Amino acid sequence: MRVGVVVFPGSNCDHDCYDVCDRILGVPTTMIWHQETRLPDCDVLIIPGGFSYGDYLRVGAIARFSPIMDAVIDFANRGGLVIGICNGFQILLEAGLLPGVLLRNRSTKFICESVFIRVESNQNRFTRNYRSNQVISLPIAHAEGNYYIDADGLADLEEKQQILFRYASENGEISDIANPNGSLENIAGICNAQGNVLGMMPHPERVADPILGLTDGIALFQSLL
Amino acid sequence: MSDPTAEDIAKHPLSPDEYKKICTLLDRKPNSCELAIFSAMWSEHCSYKSSRIHLKRFPTEGEHVIEGPGENAGVVDIGEGMVAVFKIESHNHPSYIEPYQGAATGVGGILRDIFTMGARPVALLNSLRFGPLDVPKNRYLLEHVVEGIAAYGNCMGVPTIGGEIYFHEVYSKNPLVNVFCLGIAKRSEIVTAKAGGVGNPVIYVGSKTGRDGIHGATMASAELTEAAEKRHTVQVGDPFTEKRLLEACLELFKSDAIVGIQDMGAAGLTSSSSEMADRGKTGLDIDLLKVPRREEGMIPEELMISESQERMLIVAKKGREAEVEKIFHKWDLDFSVIGVVTDDQMLRVREGDTIVAEIPVYALTSEAPVYERPIKPPKFQEIIQSLNVDLLQEPSSYSETLLTLLASPTLASKEWVYRQYDHMVQTNTVTGPGADAAVIRLKGSKRALAMTVDGNSTYCLLNPYYGGAITVAEAARNLVCVGALPIALSDCLNFANPEKPETMWHFSACIEGMVDACERFSIPVVSGNVSFYNEALDQGIYPTPVIGMVGLIKSLETPLTPGFKEAGEHIILIGETREEFGGTVYLKEIHSQERGYPPVLDFGKEKRVQDVVLKAAEAGILTAAHDCSEGGLALALADCCLLSEAGVGAIIKLQPQTIRMDGTLFSESQSRIVVTVKEEQLPALFTLIEEGSVPHTQLGVTGGNQLKIDLETQNKTIIQVPISKMRVAHSGGLKNYFEKSDSSA
Repeated sequence: MRVGVVVFPGSNCDHDCYDVCDRILGVPTTMIWHQETRLPDCDVLIIPGGFSYGDYLRVGAIARFSPIMDAVIDFANRGGLVIGICNGFQILLEAGLLPGVLLRNRSTKFICESVFIRVESNQNRFTRNYRSNQVISLPIAHAEGNYYIDADGLADLEEKQQILFRYASENGEISDIANPNGSLENIAGICNAQGNVLGMMPHPERVADPILGLTDGIALFQSLL
Repeated sequence: MSDPTAEDIAKHPLSPDEYKKICTLLDRKPNSCELAIFSAMWSEHCSYKSSRIHLKRFPTEGEHVIEGPGENAGVVDIGEGMVAVFKIESHNHPSYIEPYQGAATGVGGILRDIFTMGARPVALLNSLRFGPLDVPKNRYLLEHVVEGIAAYGNCMGVPTIGGEIYFHEVYSKNPLVNVFCLGIAKRSEIVTAKAGGVGNPVIYVGSKTGRDGIHGATMASAELTEAAEKRHTVQVGDPFTEKRLLEACLELFKSDAIVGIQDMGAAGLTSSSSEMADRGKTGLDIDLLKVPRREEGMIPEELMISESQERMLIVAKKGREAEVEKIFHKWDLDFSVIGVVTDDQMLRVREGDTIVAEIPVYALTSEAPVYERPIKPPKFQEIIQSLNVDLLQEPSSYSETLLTLLASPTLASKEWVYRQYDHMVQTNTVTGPGADAAVIRLKGSKRALAMTVDGNSTYCLLNPYYGGAITVAEAARNLVCVGALPIALSDCLNFANPEKPETMWHFSACIEGMVDACERFSIPVVSGNVSFYNEALDQGIYPTPVIGMVGLIKSLETPLTPGFKEAGEHIILIGETREEFGGTVYLKEIHSQERGYPPVLDFGKEKRVQDVVLKAAEAGILTAAHDCSEGGLALALADCCLLSEAGVGAIIKLQPQTIRMDGTLFSESQSRIVVTVKEEQLPALFTLIEEGSVPHTQLGVTGGNQLKIDLETQNKTIIQVPISKMRVAHSGGLKNYFEKSDSSA
């Protein structure tokens, strides 16, 4: 397996994703500059977190027009695996690869903390190394992670089992108190209908190395091997 | 060149003597552009004219030091060919005038100081001081300072991993924002800020120049009057540009195309050009027509002293300009060759063919005035040091006292603040905010770095010598509590008006205490910053030296943290408690008094206590360690409960006390560390304690879900509070000023 990490000006989790794939999992990994128009040979693309284009205009709105994005969309449409984390999720929404939008957190503040996430289903390429309904701990770090979609869109997501992660209590209850940013139905991560494009606000790459304490994120990367 | 008018001269805060000296150095009168250049370079902020003779006393050399004060930041050897580059700096006045941008650009400035040395910034910490939070303006300042720090640091992708915040009336009109940054580089990759090689091109990169931040350096060198009038002196930050500048610079440093580079920080193009020439013993000839600008009609002096952010001045090797240009264009940044290095040691500034300023470099740097300001102790010093302990009534309920202290904003949890900072990005954070010191691992190595920022201005007011010494001792103790050997520090000296002899008395005595502690503990000073004129409407701040200290963990196995781990472990106090109430949080919060003699520091004992704990930590004997400082033993034990991930409490059995119970619980005696050990490790710890000949007390054991302190012989319970109740007090103490306590987000 080969991984490509797309780098936009302002990306800042690119090195972290690279480190997990390259150093921890030993997978050949390439950084891809946003001005490229062709992808190197790879099986998985990661759109990392950060502040692409300084979050100016609207999060992800400018990065979506970077030259590399046509190739990313084409890769996804041909069934390639794409993961957008945090700002990467925002870019995938702007690019139309995933449905819905991410609004400002309801507290209006940036939030960085570890939260509990319930894995909704493991019948998916990205979550197959977790158990369904498993509660894992992942960090979030964002100001715009408040997921929203209209009623039809939500019904669609639920029907096609596209909701992969929800904010939950330690015991797996989905409640308002366990919802850090106001996301609709506590949604923390979704995939597309075909199941090959994942967008999520939590950062699995930050909890993949035992020396840092928690390691609940590594299974997501291992699911792809 | 026309002579300056009286009006021109009056615009600048230069004394008549200083103006005379300028005329002598030039052998003529300066023109208005030259006057602006001198005024900026001779400002307190750039010249250190009041502090320089005192700063010379700091020890600046040691086995780890590679680059001491004088460069953009200090550099220390951390082994395996790696170095740590770090510095702490203030952005106080701008943060009062415009808190969001003031604080944001404070972060931006210190980040540039680090990456301009060739190091990738890996950690930020900050030390903040505000007035009491029941005043709406102070809440506004805190909220926006924190947002500014978060916006800049988060966008840059540099984690903010620790810090401290204190509240006191003296900071209401003069809050303090001190930011510490640390970067990592290979030793061979360090870049310096020298303009060398006659004929080499001088290159401007980064953002365009505008009129923002004009007179920033001189504004920071005077007392604040009306904040709104000064808003134009605050720079506006753009972290997205800085992020590109960071990546472009680090890419550039991988080539060998450059000779030197410096951030255009305070006093902008003026200070970067003259300081680089000074270090290189060269001159610079620069053409302002080539400076990229974003406003029309800017005159030479505006271009020379603008503090527009995210700009760098580079001296490259001749013929390598195209390589440099390619990198900066890749990152969509401005690039312009604006001049050349000369051999005549002159700073020559032109607009095309017209020379607008011509000044010998030494006149701006080594010839800048140096003052030995008069020193006098404040009139009431002896009175504020007196305290009649017999008049202090012991509280009727120590449980209530503990809860009151836990909820006081200075001691309360700062989580509401630090959850707004990304403290995990870069995936190196082993121990983040909330512990004694923050710890980051070094990828690809067993080594780790610990860092902390510390300052206690009440102690410094009551006894500046001990206050200064304790600042150093406590920072070192914090590092030891996470198992790190303290190796070097950076200081940020925040003081009031240096033209007042009382301020200089505080300044000099604080430094004396810090110097003695640095020498006794072998911790050199490698970088720093002085911020004077922290005074508004004649109310000066308390003397507030803040230090950022760095420690080295040679082999990181299990991180040592302050929280209790599991039930049944022994809790030991290393060090001893004396009845020392002067300057304590207990005295201020419970008895509404701020006076007395602060805790005394016994250098020898402090060192022995730290050595014992460090040895025990390195031997893996300890399961937890926590410095016993503000709030005393009771607060230290409460912290260990609150920071316990497993929610483990403590059962403390006190033996008959020789001092008052409130002394035992809340005295802030120095050189004390609370540790826990498993039963089987007790003998090993006692051996180390005996070898180190330090006093100790077996306090009790971990367990339960409450903090229970009993006086054993009298079968009497002194404190009994569930952790859940402590948490409500501790977590709400600061947060409740900003959020309704029952709201979920």
